[in-house]
Amino acid sequence: METALDSGLTAWMLVSASFVLLMTPGLALFYGGMVRTKSVLNMMMMSFGAMAVVGVVYVLWGWSMSYGSDSVAGLFGSPVTNFGLADTITDANGDFVIDGGLPVVVDVGFQATFAIITVALISGAIADRARFGTWMIFSALWVTFAYFPMAHMVWGGGLLGGDGPFTSIAEPIDFAGGTVVHINAGAAALVLAIIVGRRQGFGTVAMRPHNLPLVMLGAALLWFGWFGFNGGSAYGADGVAGLAWVNTTTATCAATLGWLAVERIRDGHPTSLGAASGVVAGLVAITPAAGSVSPVGSIALGALAGAFCASAVGLKFRLGFDDSLDVVGVHLVAGLWGTVAIGFLATDTGLLYGGGFAQLAVQVIIAVVAVAFSVMVTAVIGLALAVTMGWRISEDDESAGIDATAHAESGYDFGGLGAPRSTAFRGASSSVPASAADAVNTSEVRS
Amino acid sequence: MKLVTAIVKPHRIDDVKDALETFGITGMTVSEASGFGRQRGHSEVYRGAEYVVDFVPKIRLEVLVDDVDAAPVVEAIVTAARTGRIGDGKVWVAPVDEVVRVRTGERGGEAL
Repeated sequence: METALDSGLTAWMLVSASFVLLMTPGLALFYGGMVRTKSVLNMMMMSFGAMAVVGVVYVLWGWSMSYGSDSVAGLFGSPVTNFGLADTITDANGDFVIDGGLPVVVDVGFQATFAIITVALISGAIADRARFGTWMIFSALWVTFAYFPMAHMVWGGGLLGGDGPFTSIAEPIDFAGGTVVHINAGAAALVLAIIVGRRQGFGTVAMRPHNLPLVMLGAALLWFGWFGFNGGSAYGADGVAGLAWVNTTTATCAATLGWLAVERIRDGHPTSLGAASGVVAGLVAITPAAGSVSPVGSIALGALAGAFCASAVGLKFRLGFDDSLDVVGVHLVAGLWGTVAIGFLATDTGLLYGGGFAQLAVQVIIAVVAVAFSVMVTAVIGLALAVTMGWRISEDDESAGIDATAHAESGYDFGGLGAPRSTAFRGASSSVPASAADAVNTSEVRS
Repeated sequence: MKLVTAIVKPHRIDDVKDALETFGITGMTVSEASGFGRQRGHSEVYRGAEYVVDFVPKIRLEVLVDDVDAAPVVEAIVTAARTGRIGDGKVWVAPVDEVVRVRTGERGGEAL
């Protein structure tokens, strides 16, 4: 353990954490643009809500359950041992605890941003129809029972990491979150889409994205933030971070080409939504592999990720579940592919590099375990909330638009016919003499 | 008096307006409209799901004219709005019983 502060590393990790935090507002734009005008704000609020809830929960018991000093059977850390970051930030002398040259408190911030974006990702599966209160409670429960244990199992010294039982086959590789973030969120999205049910008119009514430039902007911010996501996961301002950076770029570019090629062949047009989606598919797929494949390998990994996801997003219509914004088709599919592709493409241990089947086998095992764990935990939480709080807003509210009914706001005010009438501000008393400004407001100026 | 109503492609409206001003028309009403003719609309594809968009954006132009001006005004609009491609729109003429200028109360041809 390097106990002297490495200021270069610390600077890089603070920057990376900030990059990753930016991904969630970026996701809000990405998702917000894809829904209809009447629910853009709710869609964005689900990202911001996840951010608010998880940001608080993480320092209370999230770090303790993920990386705390007291592991419970390799499944999760004790939430009480390091509750509220007790004994985490400073030592008995009051000095900041340094681990590997990095103040642990910086790592807390970095890891918190991962938990935040993972929860926010799920929201795309239940657009337009979920009660906001239920979503907020779900965020707290899911991050506690699904995310923190998974982070502990993969990265915190638990069952699915380098210290777990599967290491006897080969050491599992999840560089920046193929299992913890993307398979976890994608599987949860599938379960939740089924529990919450379809939107009114799913499959028959046109639910076109209302603002594709927002989607493109969101995808761009996600890409930018992902340099912190993958680059920061090197835990060094070094060559591995550089490799992750380059792989993140090339895989994403290749995935964009892969998605657009499928669209051009299948539908006749390469679309902007396809380009934005290809970006995300590539980013997801390279996440677990960013540190263990070559840039050329990342091109193959990315191109196939784009093609797979572009083909997968139509399945929801055939299978009849309303994964509204294709969280399953993009994050689960690309997460699984990226995790398994390591078995083929890892430059030391991959099958195509002469490493045999061991790495491939262990990658498949951790992917399957991750899916099973996420599905099970999400089903329990989702069903419990369905019978207690309820997931759905009323049919009337859904058709009127969740922005107006859940938040009393509308995303865009174009004025014109049907624009809201100016009324007195809440709390203003009618006994107060009307000022000139008030008179203008209510069109009562008399000459 | 006649009411000439024209549905034209949005990008032709400036040419139509210029043609009518050249003709001597002093006022017109323009509004956004949506609709379709025989060719229907178009289809858009989002992540592999195809959506048929029937209602195409159009501009609706209305102008009140004297009876004798109706035919040349229609001709001016058609000439200015035509691109030769499908979806160029339609123009129709309807009789008008009375016209009143709100500010002065003038009626009939005086109010045009």
